[in-house]
Amino acid sequence: MTQLLTASNVDIYYGSKQAVKQVNLNVEKGSVNALIGPSGCGKTTFLRAINRMHDLTPGARVEGQILLDGQDIYSSGIDPVEVRRRVGMVFQKPNPFPTMSVFDNVVSGLKLAGMRDQRALMEIAERSLRGGALWDEVKDRLKSPATGLSGGQQQRLCIARALAVEPEILLMDEPTSALDPASTAKIEDLMTELKKVTTIIIVTHNMHQAARVSDTTSFFLNGDLVEHGQTDQIFTSPRDERTEAYVTGRFG
Amino acid sequence: MNETLPRKVKLPRLSSRGDGIFRTVIIGLSLIIALTFVLSIVLLGQQSWPAIQEFGLGFLTTNVWNPVTSEYGALSLVMGTLLTSFLALLISVPLAIASALFVAEYAPKWLANPVGYLVELLAAVPSVVYGLWALFALKPLFQQVQLWLYTSNPDLTGHCIELFNSNKTSLPCFFMPQVPTGLGFLLAVTILAIMILPFTASVARDVIRLVPADQREAMYALGATKWEVISLAILPYARAGIMGGVILALGRALGETLAVAMVIGNTPEIIKSIWSPTATMASMIANQFGDAREGLQRASVVGLGLTLFFVSVFVNLIARSIILRMTPKGL
Repeated sequence: MTQLLTASNVDIYYGSKQAVKQVNLNVEKGSVNALIGPSGCGKTTFLRAINRMHDLTPGARVEGQILLDGQDIYSSGIDPVEVRRRVGMVFQKPNPFPTMSVFDNVVSGLKLAGMRDQRALMEIAERSLRGGALWDEVKDRLKSPATGLSGGQQQRLCIARALAVEPEILLMDEPTSALDPASTAKIEDLMTELKKVTTIIIVTHNMHQAARVSDTTSFFLNGDLVEHGQTDQIFTSPRDERTEAYVTGRFG
Repeated sequence: MNETLPRKVKLPRLSSRGDGIFRTVIIGLSLIIALTFVLSIVLLGQQSWPAIQEFGLGFLTTNVWNPVTSEYGALSLVMGTLLTSFLALLISVPLAIASALFVAEYAPKWLANPVGYLVELLAAVPSVVYGLWALFALKPLFQQVQLWLYTSNPDLTGHCIELFNSNKTSLPCFFMPQVPTGLGFLLAVTILAIMILPFTASVARDVIRLVPADQREAMYALGATKWEVISLAILPYARAGIMGGVILALGRALGETLAVAMVIGNTPEIIKSIWSPTATMASMIANQFGDAREGLQRASVVGLGLTLFFVSVFVNLIARSIILRMTPKGL
């Protein structure tokens, strides 16, 4: 397995407040990686550094190095728009574009990239919707508004939308926290499938979810990456006592 | 053991009388609004009855306004109102959206607030001041352009004046001045466009600011540039709200009286060129109501009011149906 993403000495600041401190992390290609920790520990902040979302927040600053396929995504010659085409993202709340149809939502990233061929768009839309385990439910209403779907379907639509541009990494920021248990289970099942085509980094509040879906787990606390390792090891024999306290439910 | 605990606190008897009073007051107040609406139609209808009897629907379809021969038809005025309003919208809406985008998306905070405040201040300027400004600042400018058009194309000018005099026009003549006074249709449109700008701009700015961050981020995360985020995520999401601001502006433009009356040239004729002096329903009412003490003229002027009333309601209904269709489903 090759290292797809390598973060070294990453510091992230909001103004003068440091939210992430000296994080070093390797992510292997084709794996699911969970970032866990209590609220405000910096896991989402770190996640959003990987697709340069912090560029949009005035006062936010990322230092250190994040290599994607050996290339520093923060080096001066790199356009954040380019980074975001390679690193997809699924958000906490389903956020389909309400004025677009199901189909237009799925292909919106492709259209941004300049793709106009309707046949090719349709092909990719179908493949992505199948990838998002949504095709059978929406194949007869591709032209109807995306907001007509249920919350769980909307989130899978957002996953399909992110998949359509074939991202090298898919970031998921608590993707099931707004969903019911049935929809959550569907998306968790989906993740195992998705790692055949991409690499997943998922932030989750739900430790059981991390244990179920991920290959490696990173535990964040107060901006520090306390421990990183194979998920089995983190949950059964953590090296750090803070990790143990957290995964056994003693705080957070 | 079904004994309840003894009450320690004695509660006052519950009463819903307050609810009833409140409901009656609210219903009464809202009835007053509805009643005002109905009453204004009835009164306008009553006052304009002689004109309605005399001209019938012909009042709307004939183009003559002659107090000497007692002939009144509002066609040119209805057209004047609609044309000035829609052209003013056409000019002001893109400017308003651009200013809203600048304030909400591009300007740094120290600049955004003063600029937004200035735009809103435009709405606080009384219309007579706009009229004066148009007369003293814009009219000379327009006149110079007209004179330049006159003198630089003498052949075309002669041809057009002949056409105009026989009440005709042609495409090139549509852009040639009729009388180089500066006053006329285009000046009225210009001043209207400026006057209605703040209504659209401030509403558009507010709805653009209200577009949820996750909509912007969704588009950014797909690899969109700032312009793509604005045109594909922000504006579509905000379009129904922006349309609401456009309707506010349209209502203002349809009814604007004084500033338009000061600069439009007050000639009840359908425009033959963008420079033509013409008139709107509102400007005509303002100009003639004082002189029209009795008889058919007064009834016709009130008839203009009634027509304006219905035109405004009709245009608003259409606009509302457009908003309804633009509103994203499920929001």
